[in-house]
Formats: sequence, structure tokens, C-alpha cells
Amino acid sequence: MTGDFLQVSEREVVELRQQMLAFTRLQLANDFAAEDIVQEALAGALKNAASFTRQANLKTWVFAILKHKITDHLRRQYREPQQDSLDECKNCGHSDDQIFNNELFDDRGHWHADAKPQRWGDADRMVHDEQFWRVFDTCLAGLPPEQGRVFMMREFIELDSDEICAALQLSTSNLHVLLYRARLRLRECLEDSWVKAGEKRS
Amino acid sequence: MMNCEQATQLLSVGMERKLKLKEQAELKMHLLICSGCRQFGQHVQQLRTIIRATKDSSDEPEEKK
Repeated sequence: MTGDFLQVSEREVVELRQQMLAFTRLQLANDFAAEDIVQEALAGALKNAASFTRQANLKTWVFAILKHKITDHLRRQYREPQQDSLDECKNCGHSDDQIFNNELFDDRGHWHADAKPQRWGDADRMVHDEQFWRVFDTCLAGLPPEQGRVFMMREFIELDSDEICAALQLSTSNLHVLLYRARLRLRECLEDSWVKAGEKRS
Repeated sequence: MMNCEQATQLLSVGMERKLKLKEQAELKMHLLICSGCRQFGQHVQQLRTIIRATKDSSDEPEEKK
């Protein structure tokens, strides 16, 4: 039933499902709930997908549905906070983070010459560049899990700070530290793997 | 004088809450003389914009060309 009406192959649906699952697990840290949510989102999307003929469209659309389902789930959880707290911020003071910071900044806290942010292309071009999003996925998956999780809750699902703190039982200042570290790493990874690699290509 | 590590922290925190006047002033001073941090600030904003843009376009059945 996986939708030859979509001109999407079985293999592509399997792939899409994997991506959805990876994304959802990152947000929920609960594999059973993640499986359920992905299943619901995918079934709903495929059932109503007759108007979608292009695969790139299908993916963003399915992820939009998925996003709504994850948000619902997190909001429910927010009302009855659970035990999967990130606080005490066990992972906030990661020694890895210190090492990473030393790669970016010298002992006076200034950029090392080779780590200094470069000029990027314009945002419009990035949004529609499939290669950019592949690099983005890889960079996101390379973040320490708790950083990737709060980053996507904040930027993709657009929960506000209070909601994220309540859902994860995290203090505001620890959330800000995690978001900062996520942005620092993600930006650096994108610049190395996409911007600089692109310069070499062209 | 603020360094780049502190400036990038404030640029990130500024996306989560309104910065205090003192923070704003010090950050502004730093950005005047530091192109790396100016770029950093643009990039993190740009990431927010494009991540949201993918969702907006996905709410419409037809992709604009």
C-alpha cells in the first residue's frame, strides 16, 4: 500500500521512515513513542498524499505532519513532566565541549584564524539546495544527542524556552548553554562540510 | 573588553531572551571590530530562518518556483 500512486518506491518510503524515526528519537528519547508517532504521521501522510507528485515535496510535507505530532506529544508531556530530566546538566560541562571550544578560540577567547566564521551564500539558495540539507542532517546527527535534541525542539518544533525546560526539567540557563553549544558546533560543521567544500568544488 | 567566546554566547542567548542594556552595549562594541562574530550572528539567525522556511513551504500543497 506504500503508495505507487505517489510514484514513490517502497525503498524510498523505507528510507523516509528511517529519517523520520531518527529525527523523532532525537526529540523524544523514548523509542516506543517515537515508533508510534512516526507510524501515525506516515500513514496519515500517505493516505492524503494524492496531490503530492514530487518526492522533495513529500519529504518536507511528511516532516511537517511529524512535527505537529511531536509537538502534541511534547505538550502532553509538558503537562505531566516525566522522569527523563536532562538537568543537573550532567552533560553541560562536557570535557568534549571544552576541547571543542579550544579548537575554535585561543586562550584569550578570540577566534583562531582558521576557525573564524566566513561569509556564507544567501539563505534562499540554501533552503532549496538538497545537498545543503544532506550536510545539515549529517552535522545534526554528529552533535552530542542532548544538544541536537534541544536545538531541534527550539528551532524546528519552535517550542519556547519555558516549554522545553518544563518538558526536560531543565533550568533556563542550562538550556541556553546547550543551545549555544549546539549552534557553535552545527555552524562550524556546516561551514567546514558545506561552505568550504563548495568552494573547493567550484 | 568582551572576547569572541563571550560575544558568541550573547548572540545565542539573545535569540532566547532580550539582552540587558549593558550586554547589548558591550556586544555592539565587540561586533563593530570583529567580522568573525558578525558572521557568526548572521549564520545562527540564517539557520533559524531557513529551518522555519522549510516548514512554511511544506504547509502548502504546491511548492513555489
